[in-house]
Order: sequence, then C-alpha cells, then structure tokens
Amino acid sequence: MNFRAVRAIYLFEMARTWRTVLQSIVSPVISTSLYFVVFGAAIGSRITSIEGVSYGTFIVPGLVMLSVLTQSISNASFGIYFPKFTGTIYELLSAPVSYVEVVLGYVGAAATKSILLGLIILATAGLFVPLHILHPWWMLTFLVLTAVTFSLFGFIIGIWADGFEKLQAIPLLVVTPLTFLGGSFYSVSMLPSGWRTVTLLNPVVYLISGFRWSFYEISDVSVGWSIGVTCMFLVICMFVVWWIFKTGYKLKN
Amino acid sequence: MSPIISVSNLTKSYASGFTALKGIDLDINRGEIFALLGPNGAGKTTMISIICGIANATSGKVMVDGHDIARDYRAARSLIGLVPQELHTDAFESVWATVSFSRGLFGKPKNPALIEKILKDLSLWDKKDNKIITLSGGMKRRVMIAKALSHEPQILFLDEPTAGVDVELRKGMWEVVRTLRAAGVTVILTTHYIEEAEEMADRIGVINKGEIILIEEKTKLMEQLGKKQLKLYLQGKVTEIPASLAHYNLELAADGHQLIYSYDTKSERTGITSLLGDLRESGIRFSDLDTTQSSLEDIFVSLVRK
Repeated sequence: MNFRAVRAIYLFEMARTWRTVLQSIVSPVISTSLYFVVFGAAIGSRITSIEGVSYGTFIVPGLVMLSVLTQSISNASFGIYFPKFTGTIYELLSAPVSYVEVVLGYVGAAATKSILLGLIILATAGLFVPLHILHPWWMLTFLVLTAVTFSLFGFIIGIWADGFEKLQAIPLLVVTPLTFLGGSFYSVSMLPSGWRTVTLLNPVVYLISGFRWSFYEISDVSVGWSIGVTCMFLVICMFVVWWIFKTGYKLKN
Repeated sequence: MSPIISVSNLTKSYASGFTALKGIDLDINRGEIFALLGPNGAGKTTMISIICGIANATSGKVMVDGHDIARDYRAARSLIGLVPQELHTDAFESVWATVSFSRGLFGKPKNPALIEKILKDLSLWDKKDNKIITLSGGMKRRVMIAKALSHEPQILFLDEPTAGVDVELRKGMWEVVRTLRAAGVTVILTTHYIEEAEEMADRIGVINKGEIILIEEKTKLMEQLGKKQLKLYLQGKVTEIPASLAHYNLELAADGHQLIYSYDTKSERTGITSLLGDLRESGIRFSDLDTTQSSLEDIFVSLVRK
C-alpha cells in the first residue's frame, strides 16, 4: 500500500477546499439557512407538528442530508473530473498507485469535506431550532456512510463525464429530484397511499428516514432497511469503481 | 548489460481500426540517451504512453528493469519519470506544492532539500511560491520536468521537451539532461528538433507509421549515411557539365552558377584534388567553395520519405 500517495492525493484535494472555502462551505450554509427561513419559518409556522416534532425541527435531518448528498457528489465528481479536463491525470495514471489508493485519496477527501459540511449545517440549524439527537453515534454512522457512498457515486460521475454538461446532468436531473422527493421536507406518511408506494422506490427516502430516526426515533421505513439500502448502494458503487479501473474505462484509451 | 527497457512486439490498435503501433521491438540501454525521431502521428507518444501506464497496449510486452509493466506496475512505474508533450499543469497550485505532490504520489518520503535543488537547477527557485497559472510556457515546461525529477527516477521520458522553448532555455535543458545522464539516469527523448538528437543522443531510433525503421548509434548513423558535399561558386555561368568531368558525381545548381560535388568521406580518395585539377583544365573558374556534411535531418527526411 502506497500510503504516501494516498496522503498526497488527500492533502492536495483538501488544499483545494481551503482555497475555495467560500464555495465549498459558505454557500451551502447560506442556502441551508434560506431553506430554514422559507420552509421552517414561513411555511412551517402553518404546520403544527409532525409525529410530535415541530416542523422546523423535523426538516433538520433532511436538510443536512440534502447538502451532504449534493456536496459529496459535486466534490468527488469535480475532484476527479478536473485532472481529466486539464490533463494532469497523466501523472496519476503513470504513478505507482493502485486504484484503491486513488479512490481512498479522492473519495476520502470528498467525504471528509461533506461530513464537515454536514456538521457545520447541523450547527447552523441549531441557531434556528432547538436540536436534540437521541442516537448521536447512529447519526454519525449515517452521515459517514452517506458521505462515503455518494462521494464514490460522484467519483464515478466524474470519470464518466466528458464535459461540464454531463458533470452537472446527473446531480441536477436525477439526484436533486430524488432528494426533494425523498422526504426532506415531509413525512412519507403524509402522501396518498399510491404515491407512498412509488416513493419507496427512491433510495434517498431510506437515507433520510434512517438519519431522521437517529435524531427523533421517527422514521418512514425501518432503520434496518435504511442501513441495508445504503450499504447496497455503497457496494454497487464500489463494484462500478473496481470495474472502471480494471478496464480503464474513460481513463486509458 | 541487460537493457533497462525492453519492448517486444508491442501493438496498439484503436476501435476505429487505426493501428498506431505495429509490433514494436526496442531495447533501451541502461544509462544512455535515446532519441526517438519520427514525424507527427508516427506513434512516439503512443509508445511512451503505454510504457508509462497511461494507455493500454493491444498486445505485446514491456519490461522495465525486469518488471512487467502490467503485472508489476508498481515497481516498473516507480522507476520512471514522465514529462509529457502537452503542458498539463494545475493552475492554482504553487510550484512548490505541485512538485512536492508528485514526490508523495510516487511514494517517496518528503525531501525539501532535494526539491530545492531541482527547482534551483531548473531556474525555478524564485518562482516556488507562484501559482502555476502565472508562469510562462517555458516555465510550465520546467515545472513538469521538476515534477518528473522529484521522485528520483532511473528512467526519464521527455516527450518533445523543448517544443516552444527558446534557444537559451533549450541549451539549459540539455545541460540538465547531461547532468542526469552523468548521474546514471537513462533518458528517452522524442523530438522534432533533429539538432537536439544530434547534440544529445547516444543512439537514435526512427519511427514511422507505427514501425521502427531504424535504430543506430548516432555516430555510426552519421558515418554510414553521412555524405559530404563540396560546393563551388562559379565565376561564370555554366550551362552544361563538360564531358571531361562526366565521371565525377557533379550537379549544377543555382542556375548554373554553382557546381556541387558529392563524395564519401569514408572512401580512401575523395577525388577532390583531381576534380579541382580537371576543372582548371576545362577552364571553369570559381570564386569560392565550401563543404557541408549531410545532417541528421537530411538522413531523417530521406528515411521517412521512403
């Protein structure tokens, strides 16, 4: 194992974060605060409570997940797409590193960033509504699991994309709708029964539900299912990454 | 001594049906400077990319210091430094950070003293804290060389290292290459500047349309194919070579104002003395003369045109 290479990639990627701290950290925090103002205060004041939790408090886990998901994908996809775009990927391909080391470096850095961001957003939320976390360790587990899984997913998108449009397409056309329809702002039980069944096909529902359970012990699906679906997605992403490096797909011609 | 790089029957074809390399066999000797010449699209960069791990071969085998580049890629790649043709650099990193990154990527422990030396040797030291985006093209090229040298490679690939670099810098770079060679590093360079190969290389390979058409020691190559020409600037115009001079290998040039005599420097008698005697007898006078040796460029052009 070339640990020095993992460290070099990781630190290089983290350095990029500090350089672009405004767009990496500040802008998601601002947009999350806006969600609180609009959904929490303006609309939420007309919704009394959901399963005994005030609406403003109810949306906190969903909002954190929303940011962690989108930021994991964008961090990781950009992190690997940019060297491809500038051509500096030549160095990575010619270095004595295995794909595991490359993935550890890039995905590790992307996940670190989004975990930090998730915690910052959580702290920001604490300024708006009182927070209580019943299962902090489960909360962290879900946070880390989600950050890692979606950073891997972002890494795949970054390799697959051969233009900036493609880089944006999946997050914009697939992930954002799934997240908004994944119960960030409502409980699945509020939907008509037909839609409830459709919603259960959305993997994001399981993430948000599990994450919310770790806060308030209320969930749309059982925690076991939440962990199971997340881990399944993680395994699928790992398999795709393994296949990419095995075949050199879009990396080597 | 066993070759440090051994390429056997290497082929590369693309899905489009285009074959970039058609069964290349090539051995690079330890510690030499090997120049690979060839026109654009000949397969130089493709071959380098395969050896360095950037592209996959269709078939064939490459051994680097006894390590198979596919099976034992870690050992093979850690010996190789690559400076690609295109200026692929990070934009917002500092020179110091990007060069140090390369060393880490190749699994080597930090060594600020070495990085400092490399940057000084390449006249980059005063730019070490500058963002790469602010550097000129020639400096970016040197940053890439610094990155490749940062992990102390045994083999250095320079793909068109001096393209777009001014004359002074080019000389400086040759100096760096010579120092590396003195330290035992094997250098493989591709170039369009034949002058560069002539100046630097121990051996020269010519590749054209995916095939190696020649590999030879530079000095032997120059000898074998080196013809010399004697050019006589005539006082008057000559319309036709007189019959008395027909047995010489003569050519009229510059609309009859120059006479060119080609001869072989290796043969016992060059025939110059008798030619000059015969010229006087036939009344042809000249005002000046010079001799030129055919350069590697002439040899190269004649090979590739075939």
